[in-house]
Amino acid sequence: MSVTKKTLKAPAKGLPLPKELLLQMLDLMIKSRVLEERLIKIYKAGESYFWIGGPGEEAWGVPLGLLVNKGRGHKHDYLHLHYRCSPTLVAMGMPMIDSVRIMMNRATDTSTGGKNFSNHFCYPEWNVTPVSSPIEVQYQMAIGTAWAQRRENKANTKTKGVTIVTGGDAGSAEGDFASCLVWSSRKGYELPILITVQNNKWGISTAYEGQHGEKSVADRGKAFNMRTEVINGNDPIETYIKLKEILEYIRREGKPVLLEATTSRLYGHSSASGASPIPEVDCNREFSMRLMEWGLITEKEIAAITERYETEAREAQELARTEPVPQPEDIWKHIYANNENADWRKF
Amino acid sequence: MANMAQAVRMALHVGEEHLGVKDIFGQDVGAPLGGVFTATQGLKTAWNTPLDERGIIGCAMGIAMTGDRCVAEIQFCDYIFNTVDLLKIAGNTLWVSHGNYNMPLVVKTPVGAGIRGSVYHSHSFDAWATRLPGWKVVMPSNPLDAYGLMLSAIEDPNPVLFLEPKALLRVRGEELLPGEPSDERELKAMIDAPLGDRSKWKPRWPKLDETFRVPIGKAKITREGDRATVVSYGRMLTLCNRAADELKAEGCAVEVIDLRSLYPYDWQTVRASILKTKRVLFVNEDTEVTNFGEHLSYRVTQELFYDILARPRLLAGKNVPGVGLHPNYEDSSVPQYKEIVEEIRALIAEVP
Repeated sequence: MSVTKKTLKAPAKGLPLPKELLLQMLDLMIKSRVLEERLIKIYKAGESYFWIGGPGEEAWGVPLGLLVNKGRGHKHDYLHLHYRCSPTLVAMGMPMIDSVRIMMNRATDTSTGGKNFSNHFCYPEWNVTPVSSPIEVQYQMAIGTAWAQRRENKANTKTKGVTIVTGGDAGSAEGDFASCLVWSSRKGYELPILITVQNNKWGISTAYEGQHGEKSVADRGKAFNMRTEVINGNDPIETYIKLKEILEYIRREGKPVLLEATTSRLYGHSSASGASPIPEVDCNREFSMRLMEWGLITEKEIAAITERYETEAREAQELARTEPVPQPEDIWKHIYANNENADWRKF
Repeated sequence: MANMAQAVRMALHVGEEHLGVKDIFGQDVGAPLGGVFTATQGLKTAWNTPLDERGIIGCAMGIAMTGDRCVAEIQFCDYIFNTVDLLKIAGNTLWVSHGNYNMPLVVKTPVGAGIRGSVYHSHSFDAWATRLPGWKVVMPSNPLDAYGLMLSAIEDPNPVLFLEPKALLRVRGEELLPGEPSDERELKAMIDAPLGDRSKWKPRWPKLDETFRVPIGKAKITREGDRATVVSYGRMLTLCNRAADELKAEGCAVEVIDLRSLYPYDWQTVRASILKTKRVLFVNEDTEVTNFGEHLSYRVTQELFYDILARPRLLAGKNVPGVGLHPNYEDSSVPQYKEIVEEIRALIAEVP
């Protein structure tokens, strides 16, 4: 990162969020970026088949991960994420090695066992449901976890879990997105759900303007009488403050919100489009400069954080290299619960 | 005797009361209708969804991810096709998540022809269903099996597709469900919703044996014989039974197997019967190309080729785009009783 601007000027009205939180967010944003850049290096070194991920979504994803009510079961938040959500997982406490293991298809990959692409996370202990490659199906499954939470929230006023679903602007063209709007806003049956869209203005190579007539995706929520918000997802402070208030609203009211966050896509769609840097707004760079301007951190300290995470990421790659890979017979594992036989040859 | 719709309804009631079912849902599944075939009348957890099949399946998957039990309905299997990728995901979630997320859900849907249902109320889904790895697939041919299979399906920690032969939903069984009142009028008075205003109606459920199960993966021999084996399920099974009875009257004993579970299927029962009779016919009404019966026939040729005296046969629906409304269309598309009898006769007459 090249950051040259250095002034020592606190904002006139005081800090918008506690200093510790601001520094924590920057730290996690750097960690997430370094991790993704390591995955890209692993791909470019020929140690993985494919990369897809979330550099450019740190300012959106990190606050989300910090605000989630993390845990297992109805009273915690359910997360239906897509494949650009590494910042959220990093903020929730995911160790770097987990992501590297997925990237390198190791048997030690607890999310997919070496079966799926990068950033296809799954953490049942945190209600993080499996990320899937088909675009937008997560908006359908989110209906179900939100429905179960609505039922339990009504039965027990102490439990206020909500469902959070993320996806892209391009995928919002799928009918599944419309399903989510319809099912979450039925009168008398409103669901405690935060429906989010990360609008990076692209669907692979097709620009937003070529896919949408609506001015903003969030406007679609207005027809369903739900609260809508458009936020600058490149600003972690705005994101944190708005998300916090919105999540409190959903927990309190038990009603849906459609939130659109504008983000960047800093390395293109995936390794299929080269995974090379794209000149878009870099939230990490902008946030670093702000915190330096406010005198909360120095360029040297940022470089030290970056270096520390680069070391951690490199060591994770080195460790993953030594770990076992899935075995041929593993194709039969987990087809049915308790590894019940699914091979017709053995019926 | 209960009909199949009543049997399913009673199983769902037992599911609500004893097996943790918290949601039974689909289009017109809740009050006042209780399902277009009445299979969900009077159930306390039944509710109506928007007319959105993908939403119904997605919702069921989400509920299952929380560990809660649910039964979702697609009103006719003709309308399940736009959910196929979600069904694939439901089937692969446990596998792709490396054992992290079970998908304990039941999807029930009426299938097949036989009610003059025209192009979009006559589809079959068994061939498609057996191409969804990770799912279990069952299809009862009578109310007692429907009751026992539904209870097994609810209890199973995996996704289970419960195919209801729609032409049999209103057909009464030959055996009482365990605990069912012996007078069918009494049962009707207890659990069938009245015509007209139902707002104050509540069912009086009979005390049924909630421990009764028909295990998934177990076939049933419905007619014993040694001249040929006929393997079928659902509505076609009842025609095969009738054919066996007609042939039996002529002194020709044909063995009929009700597969009941399509996946996992009871190969041991099928195999033992074929080894006894040396001849086999598979009958179902889905279209004939890439038909589930083809897989079974393939397995017979691979494993029993030198034990049989005739080529394995498959009688299935014609490979045409749909079942037309005029009886000449339907009767020419899906296997008819006479064809089954003729096919069995030809199978027995075949000289190696």
